[in-house]
Amino acid sequence: MRIQLFGTCLVDTMFPETGEATIRLLRHFGVEIGYPAGQTCCGKPAESGGYTRESRKAAEHFISVFEGTDGPIVIPSGSCASMVKNHYPELFKDDPLMRQKAEIIASRTYELTQFLVHVLKAHETGFLGNGRITYHASCQLTRELEVREEPLLLLQSIDGAEFVHLPHADRCCGFGGIFMAKLPEVSMALADEKLDTILSTGADTVTGGDHGCLMNIGDAIKRRGSAVQVKHIAAVLAEGLR
Amino acid sequence: MSDSSSSIPFRANAATALRNSTLRAAMRNATETFTTKRADAVAAFPLEEWREQVSAMRLHVLDHLSDYVDRFERNAARSGAKVHRAKDSRAAREIIASILKDHSIGRVVKSKSMVSEEIHLNDYLQKEGITVVETDLGEYIIQIAGEGPSHIIVPAIHKDRRQVGKLFAEKLGCEYSDDPAILTGVAKKVLREEFLSAKAGISGANFAVADSGSIVIFTNEGNGRMCTTLPSLHIVILSIEKLIPSLADLPKFIRLLPRSATGQMITSYLSVITGSREPGESTGAQEMHIVLLDNGRSGIISGEYREMLKCIRCGACLNACPVYRMVGGHAYGSTYPGPMGIVLTALLEGMERAYNLLDATTLCGACGDVCPVKVPLPKLLRRLRASRVEQGLTSRTEQQAMAGFGKMMKSPMLFHLGQTAGHVLWPAIRGFGLDRTLGRMPRPVFKTFRERVS
Repeated sequence: MRIQLFGTCLVDTMFPETGEATIRLLRHFGVEIGYPAGQTCCGKPAESGGYTRESRKAAEHFISVFEGTDGPIVIPSGSCASMVKNHYPELFKDDPLMRQKAEIIASRTYELTQFLVHVLKAHETGFLGNGRITYHASCQLTRELEVREEPLLLLQSIDGAEFVHLPHADRCCGFGGIFMAKLPEVSMALADEKLDTILSTGADTVTGGDHGCLMNIGDAIKRRGSAVQVKHIAAVLAEGLR
Repeated sequence: MSDSSSSIPFRANAATALRNSTLRAAMRNATETFTTKRADAVAAFPLEEWREQVSAMRLHVLDHLSDYVDRFERNAARSGAKVHRAKDSRAAREIIASILKDHSIGRVVKSKSMVSEEIHLNDYLQKEGITVVETDLGEYIIQIAGEGPSHIIVPAIHKDRRQVGKLFAEKLGCEYSDDPAILTGVAKKVLREEFLSAKAGISGANFAVADSGSIVIFTNEGNGRMCTTLPSLHIVILSIEKLIPSLADLPKFIRLLPRSATGQMITSYLSVITGSREPGESTGAQEMHIVLLDNGRSGIISGEYREMLKCIRCGACLNACPVYRMVGGHAYGSTYPGPMGIVLTALLEGMERAYNLLDATTLCGACGDVCPVKVPLPKLLRRLRASRVEQGLTSRTEQQAMAGFGKMMKSPMLFHLGQTAGHVLWPAIRGFGLDRTLGRMPRPVFKTFRERVS
């Protein structure tokens, strides 16, 4: 099977190891990976900021880069995947031609854990690991894409690691894209609250499907001087390939 | 960019609230309790089915609102109430003041009403020489504290019992106690006397029933019933979108509203009041006036934010909102706080005043999930953000950054240039005082993912 990987701008710019982990993970399950070279950012920051014109530009670019490719489009981020699946068609609601293109792209798109569970059945093979892991259920992944069980199935299939549920796992961590920059005080307070719940689980690693949130949680951990590790779910799983 | 002095300074308000540890503890406790109780209350309930039905019914009412308002007016008049229509806050205030003045009333008891807050009724009546006594315990607390409500159903949610104890000792001259039962007893004693001597009562209404001309009030303290039955004059202030077609539609709300609001199966008191006391009846006000407030709602109905008018003011979205939970209601600087409050403030008070509030959401979607009438709050918040940009009400810096971002999106070369610039310039970020914003992100890497894969 061949897929197209959209790396996301955060992975591309700040967390390339997550992109590499995603590639190892998918290849392990026999997936051939295409990486369209023209890709940039999905446009989410513009969309959530209310910059419709700019988000349309990003969407048009994304569509033009991916429409000539084939196979599923896999994205290691809930918010970027939701942008493509939910918001792209909306952005072109008054433009039938673009809307149709956006819908085709949307229907090809999977968030990484969705793809791992529903297409590759990776949770059935399972993974190896160690330590105590907890999971932050990021907002767009959980509520916009309704991907709730998939990450848990994957994490619970790790042999050797203990998975612990995070209390109020689906509460916002305070990242919120531009929110983080516009109301940093509130954002940090929310991240601190999230960290409190993480610490209450006794986990040594917190994982999730969105680097935006993980970055915000990571900052709270750094400010507090905690030893908890923050890892994208792709990295957690790629480390434990059987 | 508009004159920023007219806009609500949310960031500064929020920062102040965050430094108030009493407020934060009170907010945490209260919202935790309400969200847990709500979740328990809807767990064994066919919530989704009910939300669909009730949402459809609310939309139906909005589609035919002027018909339902007319019908309500006819039926309320038939049962002895006088119905007044107020196109805006000012008209509503003047109507209420003139009714009270006609009866030479200088003191009035009042049960909780957010619409009365919306029209700033108390301040106005006070200026007209009429004393208003709030009789909902929470409202009473904030009234003697000289504050406004910080939650639409739990107005004193931001206070803990020690603060209330101090306040009562200071303002009422009673002995200090932080025992809620004792404090409630103190308020009860004061309020009983008010009820018994009051010549007029003002209330809001949770719903108004078109087919019967009735108004419906949900309360937990019984004060609503006393305000509406003990005094000989009862004035109701309600906004037009509170209409429901018939009493047969009420049970759905009886089950949904308390569950969503406080996690109760039903409120302690539920009053359905139809008209004034008729000959042979032993209870009820001898004279009843109903003020129907529009205040911009007729305009909202025909526009793209119409679904906001489905709202039944349960407050579930406030309790679920991460931002509201952290900072409380006063930070919003508006009658209605939280997610529904942001949307309503923008619609009722205008974007010039509300645009900063649009930052007060992470767009996490929790509000939309808990709304019992399926108001698509995240969608409305997004739409308002887009409208804020269209109206040029974001900062010049942000506009320029986004314009640059738009160009970068279309050009992989520019995008990569931006990444490199990010890597190089990162150490300078702190120098620009951006350490709380951009500085909380890690430094862009030297060799990006795209370079590593290609």
